[in-house]
Amino acid sequence: MELDPLILSRIQFAFVVSFHAIFPVFTIGLASFIAVLEGLAFKTGNPAWIKLSAFWTKVFAVVFGMGVVSGIVMSFQFGTNWSNFAQATANYLGPILSYEVVTAFFLEAAFLGVLLFGRDKVPAGVHLFAAIMVALGTFISSFWILSANSWMQTPAGTELRDGVFYVTSWSEAIFNPSFPYRFMHMGLASFLTGSFVVAGVSAWYLLRKREVEANRKALSMSLWLILFIAPAQLVVGDFHGLNTLEHQPMKVAAMEGNWETSRNVPLLLFAIPDQANQMNHFEVGIPSLASFVLTHDWNGEVPGLNEVAVEEQPPVAIVFWSFRVMVALGMLMILFGLAGLVLRKNGRYWQTPWFLQGLRLMSLTPFVAVLAGWFVTEIGRAPWLVQGMMNQAESVTPSLTGGMALFTLIGYVVVYSMVFSAGVYYLMRVLYVGLEDSSVDDEYDAERPKRPFSAAHVPFEMGDNDTHKPLNQGGH
Amino acid sequence: MELFDLPLIWAFIIGFGVIMYVLMDGFDLGVGILFPFAPSEESRDVMMNTVAPVWDGNETWLVLGGAGLLAAFPLVYSIFLPALYIGVFLLLAGLIFRGVAFEFRFKANTSRYLWNWAFAGGSTVASFAQGAVVGAYIQGFETADGVYVGGALDWLTPFTVLTGLGLLAGYALLGSTWLIMKTEGRLQEWAYRITLPLLAAVLAVFAIISVWTPFVDEMVQDRWFSNLTVIWILPLLTLICAFQIFRSVRNRSEGMPFVATMGLFITTYLGLVVSRWPYVVPPDYTLWDAASAPESQLFLLIGLVFVIPIVLAYTAWTYWVFRGKVRAGEGYH
Ligand code: HDD
Ligand code: HEM
Ligand code: HEM
Repeated sequence: MELDPLILSRIQFAFVVSFHAIFPVFTIGLASFIAVLEGLAFKTGNPAWIKLSAFWTKVFAVVFGMGVVSGIVMSFQFGTNWSNFAQATANYLGPILSYEVVTAFFLEAAFLGVLLFGRDKVPAGVHLFAAIMVALGTFISSFWILSANSWMQTPAGTELRDGVFYVTSWSEAIFNPSFPYRFMHMGLASFLTGSFVVAGVSAWYLLRKREVEANRKALSMSLWLILFIAPAQLVVGDFHGLNTLEHQPMKVAAMEGNWETSRNVPLLLFAIPDQANQMNHFEVGIPSLASFVLTHDWNGEVPGLNEVAVEEQPPVAIVFWSFRVMVALGMLMILFGLAGLVLRKNGRYWQTPWFLQGLRLMSLTPFVAVLAGWFVTEIGRAPWLVQGMMNQAESVTPSLTGGMALFTLIGYVVVYSMVFSAGVYYLMRVLYVGLEDSSVDDEYDAERPKRPFSAAHVPFEMGDNDTHKPLNQGGH
Repeated sequence: MELFDLPLIWAFIIGFGVIMYVLMDGFDLGVGILFPFAPSEESRDVMMNTVAPVWDGNETWLVLGGAGLLAAFPLVYSIFLPALYIGVFLLLAGLIFRGVAFEFRFKANTSRYLWNWAFAGGSTVASFAQGAVVGAYIQGFETADGVYVGGALDWLTPFTVLTGLGLLAGYALLGSTWLIMKTEGRLQEWAYRITLPLLAAVLAVFAIISVWTPFVDEMVQDRWFSNLTVIWILPLLTLICAFQIFRSVRNRSEGMPFVATMGLFITTYLGLVVSRWPYVVPPDYTLWDAASAPESQLFLLIGLVFVIPIVLAYTAWTYWVFRGKVRAGEGYH
């Protein structure tokens, strides 16, 4: 069997970047949450805030560490597997990624140490400052990396000469047409991720009546956030889609499963796209709604995939379904936000078992939605890597053989599986032990900063040296 | 932009970044290499705690090196990485294991030995891979039209194995002298003891490499023998540094061995640079051939002028917050 380095490189890239992506969305949201908790603790001096902050900082440390190691892999992927792409786009992507390192990564690395271990070493105000700097770093990081990615979706401010991109306008390239939407959409996605994880974990503790006061506060905060951010995400997503319609119509056609350019296009709720025959099976849709959503006119014309040759179409089924998964989860999130508001009115949001159970389950959905969203964005761009200018086949490393690509693909899968199952297991341990262990004077190891996971000192194996307290310890 | 030779400025910046990385991550990789040989499990705790405050920030220099190369010399980035494909994977895998071992080891009890091995193994593999990269650079790359055309394992030759071992020994030396500076008691005693044998090993490997290097490539030979000039100062300085390490270990000074080892690294590094200057992708491309567009180099340079001093300032500040010797038991378990 002939091994295709292109397919294998795509699988490898999709694997390592998807792996990386789930950590940042969580750390970005959580970093801001921690900064707010620190701020509240600083202002009010209420020990509940300090307890919450100390606990969530431990969780943050574990996730952040995994984000760092998987991120280092990412920065070499462009060169190892996509060297033609790297060479062609270096004039733009090189400076952008370098700016990310110097403005964001160093900032995060330096202040993380102070945040995790410096509570006893620096004044409270400086500690708060460190928390804010870490949160700021995560935003600066997403600013640059999303600018880089958006430029690949909607290239601007550059011109292609002899196979190399040259920058003609930095501001146009950085603030390219899809960037503002993507930055907002991703920012809101990060907040949603943070909120739902905090809500889910707090709900679980509340179900078990552990540390009720602090967890109720955390739940309340995250529910307020969800109430406002989930609908905002819908609105931003809608604008994002309209912008995509303008710049990447084939992606939208794939999202809608629309094969022929036409009017009165239905919004499909269900269908099985069949690329070979260029049609859908088992369509269930709402008449003319897609036309209305995309053009704000029931009679509007929606582009279809038949506008380009079959080889230039993205893989429709994946894009179509990923999009539905993301939007469905987005709707569910809005419902949970509303349910929280209703339950809040009679003060029962923290004692309603079905609601708390639901939130527990919901804590995983943002990760699914985020990956689904990236699948829409990235796979919907296929076969292009730089929309309309450079395709995937031109980009792959010429000297790469199928065997080499397969070797590293298997290698990354093995390494990540080992390392990250250990990481997730350890995270579970931190959650299991809970807030009870999060008093501030517990940070006896203030000597050693900057080691992400070490903020959480819990024995690794279940059972031995267990610091865990009885589950039904009861609230105060 | 005739006023400045931008590629030249960038060559200095990247060169600075590389040596920063080598010196800073070098000692914490070295601690990992020495890990299995430590006198006791307790001293392993202390060893890890000495580098825990810094390793994360140190590794960011590597990320900067990667991104900086892409920005300033994309040709280097897009030839080295494909040419060293397998080696880069080993390097990254090593760094991943090592990074998480830091975190998990302290939480593990029955599985602690696994994380010991992950830490030592990851550090060793990563160091060896870096040394082999250096060797591969001296050796040169097979290219056509700015694209790597050689095979997957061209980089792996007896010469690169030797440079890999050389860097392994060098990092171990940086690690042992670092431990002399940051620890006390039995562990420090042990670090003093192993430093001179390590120095001997480093000098032995360096000697073989120096004799061998000129024969790897004619150009390098020319550089060193056709004009017997100032550049022979560099090996001389290396020897002076080596002697300084020897003397200061004998005198039991605590900081000097580490400083002198850094000197040893810097002079060797410069020796390497002059061997190939101004070729960045030997034997075909100079730094001017490999440069990105001037407007891109300039755009990033302007930002760096403002940002790098700030980065250095707050990095120094965090080092200061966590200064001092690390003692047994004050770590975390
Ligand atoms: C929207 C956010 C986002 C996205 C799309 C990406 N990253 Fe990321 N990345 C972050 C947000 C982030 C972060 C929040 O800043 C992280 C997470 C944990 C951390 O340490 O910083 C990070 C870490 C991180 C690191 C380690 C930094 C360190 O040493 O401290 C590297 C090298 C990268 N990333 C590189 C990449 C590349 C090459 C990507 C593109 C394919 C990428 N990231 C996508
Ligand atoms: C972090 C969130 C991201 C996720 C989850 C993601 C996901 C994906 C997926 C699933 C593919 C495969 C598409 C296909 O094979 O059809 C892909 C391709 C690609 N993406 Fe992204 N991406 C992300 C961010 C980025 C960013 C920020 C960049 C660039 C700066 C980028 C650059 C690329 C490149 C170069 C490819 C080509 C390889 C390929 O087609 O498989 N991605 N990405
Ligand atoms: C509620 C309705 C939502 C709509 C209408 C919507 C719309 C969209 C659209 C049109 C895209 C593709 C844009 C492009 O590739 O050009 C997209 C991408 C994406 N979505 Fe959503 N979305 C919604 C909800 C969500 C939710 C709840 C999350 C996560 C919590 C999410 C996360 C993402 C991510 C991470 C991407 C990829 C990055 C990007 O292109 O912004 N979305 N979304």
